[in-house]
Amino acid sequence: MTVATKSTTASQELEHPSAPLLRMERIPHVWCPSCGIGTVVKCYATALERSGVDLDKVSVVSGIGCSGRVAGYLKLDGFHTTHGRALPFATGLKLGRPELLVTVISGDGDLVGIGGNHFIHAARRNMDLLVILINNFIYGMTGGQNAPTTPQQARSSTMPFGNFETPFSLPHLAASSGASYVARWTCLHIRRLTWSIEEAIGKRGFRFIEVIAPCPTLYARLNKLGSGLDAMRFYHDTAEIRNGADTRELEISFQEKITCGKFVDEDRPTFLDLMHNHYGELLGDRYVPTPREGGMLHEQ
Amino acid sequence: MRYWRDPLDAGQVGAPRGDVHILADRCKGCAFCVEYCPRQVLEMSREFNRKGYHPPEIVDAEACVNCGLCEMICPEFAIFSVESAGLAGDLAGVSVGANIRAGEGAS
Ligand SMILES: Cc1ncc(C[n+]2csc(CCOP(=O)(O)OP(=O)(O)O)c2C)c(N)n1
Ligand code: SF4
Ligand code: SF4
Ligand code: SF4
Ligand SMILES: [Mg+2]
Repeated sequence: MTVATKSTTASQELEHPSAPLLRMERIPHVWCPSCGIGTVVKCYATALERSGVDLDKVSVVSGIGCSGRVAGYLKLDGFHTTHGRALPFATGLKLGRPELLVTVISGDGDLVGIGGNHFIHAARRNMDLLVILINNFIYGMTGGQNAPTTPQQARSSTMPFGNFETPFSLPHLAASSGASYVARWTCLHIRRLTWSIEEAIGKRGFRFIEVIAPCPTLYARLNKLGSGLDAMRFYHDTAEIRNGADTRELEISFQEKITCGKFVDEDRPTFLDLMHNHYGELLGDRYVPTPREGGMLHEQ
Repeated sequence: MRYWRDPLDAGQVGAPRGDVHILADRCKGCAFCVEYCPRQVLEMSREFNRKGYHPPEIVDAEACVNCGLCEMICPEFAIFSVESAGLAGDLAGVSVGANIRAGEGAS
């Protein structure tokens, strides 16, 4: 039986302010109660709106996983690619349609597990992509297997006695591979995360934002950490903000302090800048740069 | 918010007022909005929505300052606030950050 709360009747007429950016026919989404992924989507949608970018020129690419479903809920050109392949797909998209803002939103397992090789090379090339990685320290969708981000000692379904591997520290991985913008926030840092996404939208090159997110159903349950709300309280009590921190000092240990902030913000030539320069110098007038508006297919 | 001295314009400046809207059937009962609303506008209700979750309910509508925190933090797109006409009166009791849109206080 449905019992409406006091405010429901009036609210039914008003739609949520982010509705124009969402595929509302698919809402409610599949994510578990108190999962953090939806909050990241809200922050991304808000940042897009505030940035004033032309939404017809924005595309979102996701891989596979719970986080990989993000592209399917945004009312933008979106691509749900195969597992780990969001970055090469996005790279092709950007090279063929350089006028687009290409965003990759996907999970830790997808982007730095199976897709780890693509990750370091996209960063190395300073490929002009905005990458938002939702890090819940685990493979959520497939049942809580150990991820390259699982902190030491944390349990996962494949490390039932605790993880003994050394995890990646993602800001350090991105920065040392060549990313030109690197930040980390948690799902609780809604305002800073939104600002950071908005700021990164206005920049060029490989822009990497890690968002620590609760996975109550697997990571928290296997580690007896409670609900998503408990995770939010944990972030509230233990996250520290240290903008400009040395990325070598950003490891995450099990249930210990999470350092957040913007760590790298440099303007370096992107892959396309370097390519155009190189061939421009080499070939002079004979060089035809990647077509701008319309992309490859619409040339001539 | 407690000030170490009264702001000079305390007489003229009021906090913004908001009307909060809950799309109860979309809610999955995470309680993020209830926990982080800086004005204690919300509480978890004991009623069930269509999916069997407890949505929040409004217990102090007048206190809403349209900070937008509930809207930003909700993973379900199930709550939002809109500006309402008029001022909420004085700032007494507004916890730090409540008058900044999108929840500086909690983050
Ligand atoms: C080639 C291939 N290998 C394995 C899988 C199974 N698989 C689906 S999602 C996933 C892990 C996703 O983890 P993550 O990116 O962290 O996403 P989360 O669910 O945690 O958000 C795996 C291993 C697959 N779909 N395709
Ligand atoms: S399994 Fe974890 S990551 Fe996936 S939807 Fe549920 S809570 Fe979110
Ligand atoms: S807009 Fe701010 S004050 Fe109003 S209910 Fe939401 S969180 Fe509370
Ligand atoms: S934040 Fe959203 S989903 Fe969570 S209790 Fe509030 S309205 Fe419901
Ligand atoms: Mg994951």
